[in-house]
Amino acid sequence: MSQGYSVLLALLFGLAAGLVGSFALMRRMLLAGDVISHLALPGLGVAFLFKVNPLLGGAATLFLGTLLIWKLQKKTGLATEAMTGVVFAAALALGAVVTPKEDLVDALFGGFPTLSLAGFLFGTVAVAVVIVFIVRYKDRLALGLFSTDLAAVTGINVNRLNLYFLLVFSLTVLIGLQFMGTLLASALIIMPAAVGRQLTNKFSHFLMVSAAVSMFSVATGFLLNTVVVKSTTVSPIIVIVSALLFALSLVIGRKP
Amino acid sequence: MTTFLSAAHLTVAFGTRTIIRDLSFEVHTGDCLAIIGPNGSGKTVLLKALLHLLPCEGEIRWDPAARLGYVPQKFAADQQLPLHVRDLLDAKMNVLKLPATEVNSVSVEAGITKELLDTNIGFLSGGQFQKVLIAFALLGHPNVLLIDEPTASLDELAEERFYELLHELQVNRGMTILLVSHDLSVVYRYATKVLCLSKGKTCFGAPREILTPEELEAVYSAPPKYYEHTHDHQKE
Repeated sequence: MSQGYSVLLALLFGLAAGLVGSFALMRRMLLAGDVISHLALPGLGVAFLFKVNPLLGGAATLFLGTLLIWKLQKKTGLATEAMTGVVFAAALALGAVVTPKEDLVDALFGGFPTLSLAGFLFGTVAVAVVIVFIVRYKDRLALGLFSTDLAAVTGINVNRLNLYFLLVFSLTVLIGLQFMGTLLASALIIMPAAVGRQLTNKFSHFLMVSAAVSMFSVATGFLLNTVVVKSTTVSPIIVIVSALLFALSLVIGRKP
Repeated sequence: MTTFLSAAHLTVAFGTRTIIRDLSFEVHTGDCLAIIGPNGSGKTVLLKALLHLLPCEGEIRWDPAARLGYVPQKFAADQQLPLHVRDLLDAKMNVLKLPATEVNSVSVEAGITKELLDTNIGFLSGGQFQKVLIAFALLGHPNVLLIDEPTASLDELAEERFYELLHELQVNRGMTILLVSHDLSVVYRYATKVLCLSKGKTCFGAPREILTPEELEAVYSAPPKYYEHTHDHQKE
């Protein structure tokens, strides 16, 4: 497949990450996203070890870890953050032990892949799932954030909604793994949402600005990399662009 | 009169601590039930159990046509949320698939101005927040409102307006109301039934039967000076 498809998928991923990041920011779990991506590490390690598609291995442990976090959170009543911290640390240690040393750097930083048709299709479907979920459930998610009691009285199963969100969140990180690597997979979930929140106070504007900033970062990152930097890994450039946009948002300030 | 809500042998416990024990009562369509009792007697817990927000033993049977509206006790909403009042009301409207005009009509009813609609929920005063909670509850045409200490953050004028609105909803629309209140004079004026919760004793009946000095002393375990206050109001 040509690089054009990869760029297209990366742009779609940017859109999904911006939307998911908006809700992650409101739930105060942006950093949880950063560590959740590390849940993929043991799976990547095992996959490298047995020479299977790393993404499959990563996906397996990432979703197992997410389920574990949700379960433990329900059982202990602790915040998502605390549970993520516990599961993440365990996953990282496990991943470091099982991943062959020469593959560890690849697993952590990733590289820009030439996508197979299957990879492109999987990515497109996954991105579509994320975007459709956010568009369909944005109001339920917002009500749940305002008050779980009022959301429940409105007929929303808050507990199930939390699980859905965590799964969609993990799916977004998983798509990001292909382009951004374990360490930067969640950067596009974090940065654009921070810019969006800095610039606007209104729900719909916030979602739109976050998504736009994320896609702009991807597009500009690719452009800069192709024309100027010419690196094999494009993710650092994308993240630097979004960081610059955040700096710019500080100068502009928030509209009421 | 038709039974709108019947609760039978209701018990709510958190771990080993039993908050409500073997409580039974009935509410008829169009009733205004006041739930009174000292702090910690389980008034809020009872409302939440009735709303199925808390697990409980016993039986809660709502009229099949009941549409519940809930006005919770004032709570601290996350000030960081980028939600305007309108976003919040729109969200409920979308979830319930209501026509777009509903938001404006409940806003007018609850006294929410256009300016307030475009205010972030983090910037609301106590009274404004209360209005938003009422408008939120009224969305979707509820026929019963469960209201938890509504006037704690309202000044006297706003409190008066609030009870006028309640009374209007009850009389003109036949809405059934369950109201947790500390203000016995209000209870005396508006309630058609009173349920008092207390660790030692639970009682249920018409206001004139329940709001007697002897009953109140038994419930609050103290001489009821609020009751005297009620008498002053009656004389005015």
